[in-house]
Amino acid sequence: MRIAFARSTAARKPFIMALTALAVTSLIPGGATVAKAAAWEPTKPVEFVIPAGTGGGADQMARLIQGIVVKPNLMKQSLIPVNKSGGAGAEGFLAVKDAKGDPHKIIITLSNLFTTPLATGVPFSWKDMTPVSMMALDQFVLWVNAESPHKTAKDFITAAKAVSGEPQKRFKMGGTGSKQEDQIITVSLEKATGTKFTYLPFKGGGDVAVQLVGKHVDSTVNNPIEAVAQWRAGTLRPLCVFDDTRMPYKNKVTATMSWSDIPTCTESGVPTDYVMLRGIFMPSGVTADQVNFYVELLKKVRETPEWKKFMEDGAFNTTTMSGKEYAAWVEKNESLHRGLMKEAGFLAKP
Amino acid sequence: MEEINALFQGFAVAMTPLNLMLMFVGVTLGVVIGVLPGLGGANGIAILLPLTFTMPPTSAIIMLSCIYWGALFGGAITSVLFNIPGEPWSVATTFDGYPMAQQGRAGEALTAAFTSSFIGAFVAVVMITFLAPLVAKFALKFGPPEFFSVYFLTFCSFIGMGKGSPWKTLTAMMLGFALAAVGMDTVTGQLRLTFGFSELMRGFDFLVAVIGLFGIGEILLSMEEGLSFSGSSARINFKVVLETWKKLPKYWVTSLRSCLVGCWMGITPGGATPASFMSYGIAKRFSPDGAKFGTGQMEGVVAPETAAHAAGTSALLPMLSLGIPGSPTAAVLLGGLLIWGLQPGPLLFVEKKEFVWGLIASMYLGNLAGLIIVLTCVPLFAAILRIPFSIVAPLIIVICAIGAYTVHNAMLDIWFMLFFGVVGYVFKKLDYPMAPMVLALVLGDRAEDSFRQAMLISQGNLSVFFSNALVGSIMTLGLVMLFWPLVAALKAKLRAAR
Amino acid sequence: MSQPNPSPDPQTHAVVGMRAMELIVAGLLLAFGLTVAYASYQLGADWAEDGPKAGYFPFYIGLIIAVSSVVTLAQAWLNRTPKSGEAFVERGQLKLVMAVLLPAAAYVLVIQWFGIYAASAIYMAVFMVWLGKYAWWKAALLGIAVSVAVFLMFEVWFKVPLHKGTLYNPLALFGF
Repeated sequence: MRIAFARSTAARKPFIMALTALAVTSLIPGGATVAKAAAWEPTKPVEFVIPAGTGGGADQMARLIQGIVVKPNLMKQSLIPVNKSGGAGAEGFLAVKDAKGDPHKIIITLSNLFTTPLATGVPFSWKDMTPVSMMALDQFVLWVNAESPHKTAKDFITAAKAVSGEPQKRFKMGGTGSKQEDQIITVSLEKATGTKFTYLPFKGGGDVAVQLVGKHVDSTVNNPIEAVAQWRAGTLRPLCVFDDTRMPYKNKVTATMSWSDIPTCTESGVPTDYVMLRGIFMPSGVTADQVNFYVELLKKVRETPEWKKFMEDGAFNTTTMSGKEYAAWVEKNESLHRGLMKEAGFLAKP
Repeated sequence: MEEINALFQGFAVAMTPLNLMLMFVGVTLGVVIGVLPGLGGANGIAILLPLTFTMPPTSAIIMLSCIYWGALFGGAITSVLFNIPGEPWSVATTFDGYPMAQQGRAGEALTAAFTSSFIGAFVAVVMITFLAPLVAKFALKFGPPEFFSVYFLTFCSFIGMGKGSPWKTLTAMMLGFALAAVGMDTVTGQLRLTFGFSELMRGFDFLVAVIGLFGIGEILLSMEEGLSFSGSSARINFKVVLETWKKLPKYWVTSLRSCLVGCWMGITPGGATPASFMSYGIAKRFSPDGAKFGTGQMEGVVAPETAAHAAGTSALLPMLSLGIPGSPTAAVLLGGLLIWGLQPGPLLFVEKKEFVWGLIASMYLGNLAGLIIVLTCVPLFAAILRIPFSIVAPLIIVICAIGAYTVHNAMLDIWFMLFFGVVGYVFKKLDYPMAPMVLALVLGDRAEDSFRQAMLISQGNLSVFFSNALVGSIMTLGLVMLFWPLVAALKAKLRAAR
Repeated sequence: MSQPNPSPDPQTHAVVGMRAMELIVAGLLLAFGLTVAYASYQLGADWAEDGPKAGYFPFYIGLIIAVSSVVTLAQAWLNRTPKSGEAFVERGQLKLVMAVLLPAAAYVLVIQWFGIYAASAIYMAVFMVWLGKYAWWKAALLGIAVSVAVFLMFEVWFKVPLHKGTLYNPLALFGF
């Protein structure tokens, strides 16, 4: 068996070698002239890694960016989204880590940039990548079913506290994934208010919202975009937003309320805040020129009306950063997550 | 009849020449995508989504839903011809479709598959048209215990089907569960059975396993017989379509039952894959020819195809009316809606009437366009079997390799595919049944997730599975199905005693 | 597999008997089941107060695989399995199977090193010449045509990047 195998590859090898040799020699003159032009530009399609599944929040944003780049032709080459969601995104991050020096690869990140390595022990961190720019920050809102008797965050927490002692009766908090942003918020909420919830992990944000509409859970911490449809239809009620300032969008979403009418959790007496990064990174070892190209490209993306509408629909916090400022923000947030997860006991056992 | 009026307005929207053209383009693209394993469904729609960014939303969704139709139809083609399911929900179609092709009845099998798909989808669209709000509410009743009960029912209606050694059946099924457990555990976020290999984090995708087990395994088996595919003598003229149509009305009970199973599973949203397995299992149990299933029974093609398409179509309903994606494909479509500036959800039917009814009208038209296109191509598809083996075999292996790669963009998956090919060959020869293994691989992790979520809700109390009428009755139905062989035997005994 | 085979009618040209193969496969499955059970046990395989832990189900799945493999193993040992005396695969058959399997394995290796496109063209052509006895120019033409078609469909129209070689990517010549 082994002999036959060896023979068949051996027979093929010289052929391939001849082919490649031929190819390489014919390339050399062409290759040399391409050298350093004024500004760097992609010379082949750019792979856009999404460390999450199709249909989720990161996926939607990535595909929107792809669409915006295609439409007014912001870039000569195309942007190709590739989902690598294995191991809570670890697969995607490892792919970028391994692609050292490859300027034709970018990745969109969410909080799993911090949570996945901490929770699973898979070896990667943001330091294995080059920060390009922050696109937006995603908010989290505390939602309950519209028929729930709790009208304010304070009511809700008081009621939750009353049953915290009995595991059978505890309020059920639905969220996306385990030991990720939703559960971190839940744990911070528990710590800040002295309550206990039963956290129920689901696979995606859409599922979570529907479980709340069907009253299979008592509350969720969905992103605005994951629950806005149900809010507008009058089946869900927002209690507070986990941020220190209210959301800026004043256009009415429902008949009576706009995003900015939702109080912050802090002003409702629930001192918890958390925002999620939606940012872009590149592999490490790329040149400043190359990073700069993407910084400029993404800046143009953010100026389009499509992007602005998407920001408003999803009530995103439109803080953007790039360069050193961005790197500093990421660093600060990593240690923040480490602290939160350590407190919650979510760190992977060494 | 407010709906009828709205529907006719929808037809007016959908019937513009541009939209009609997009419909045909969409169906054709969809068939191509559906035929290529690994590219279909969610992946395919996601890939083609950018094509539609520059179109008006109504045209865009018409084209995308037609791609969806095409992919649904296309999945059956490779299942029947080469035993390679292009889509997860076509696995059950291979059980009888492929044996039919081997007997030279590929044309018949394809016609039966396409026609059943059409009927299943048509019934589901009619349901969407008239019962949307009512049915959508039903979907909300499904929490974790209810989901588990649905998966439980699927397993129960499928179990006890093999004739071989029960121990081997058990081994094969557990093997499927074990493979499904590899990767990240949803409930605790822990990595399981990866043995420290980062490549194993993504787990074993069902499609990679199936492409290997069925596709490559089958090529190895047919090699034993010499350099040919059996069934190459298939007749290839259009008459076969008409002849098959004459036979199909016989199976109306199966069709009706499969439609119901499909619509129900699409809305709940269990999805098309469990629907097809469940429907096949039930048909086998209740058909007078049940014992002959797996040897090339047309009924065994009708049942899963009808259910899969009824489910695939009704999965769009919760998406439109609630903003819940009933399937991964629907999830991608949902993203598309957002990109075009539409907000899926309960208000879509009120605020964007012309869009919704244009879409529903395009479902009728797209389904019909799809049927016409694929039926006229039946002789063409069947003729593929006449291409010499030494050209088709490497071509299939190339397509399988590409398919295995595109599922997760992972090189290692191609090696897994090859490995599963050898496993498929050995298992087939040793009579380890592959259907239970595949079913466990598809539904294993979902069933486990919902079981453990239900346990979290009840804090470890198993009575949650009988805590309300809905979950209780589904569980009971599952138990009845599980013990049906016993019940049947008992009945026979009683009758004999009398 | 030349150990004394106690089956009643040993096949003279059988490479491996049904019984031997049953034993090998059941043995492998037993090992697999035990591995799964052991790995899951380490992960925590008990039932916590709020339901099963991550390793609970895989642990029992592993055990069931192991137990049912032992039964199959015993049945095969005692010649209880059907067809136990027959050949699993005969020499001629094995040759044909290997004629597909080995090139396929080589094909996957070439994919890994040089990417899907180059590998597919070569594989198609070699298969056709070797097993189909086609003229080499016909085979080469079809092989390249298939590769080009796949390239246009995936890389150009659908924008799906397929695997590029890890050793050398021939497509770099064309800027991909």
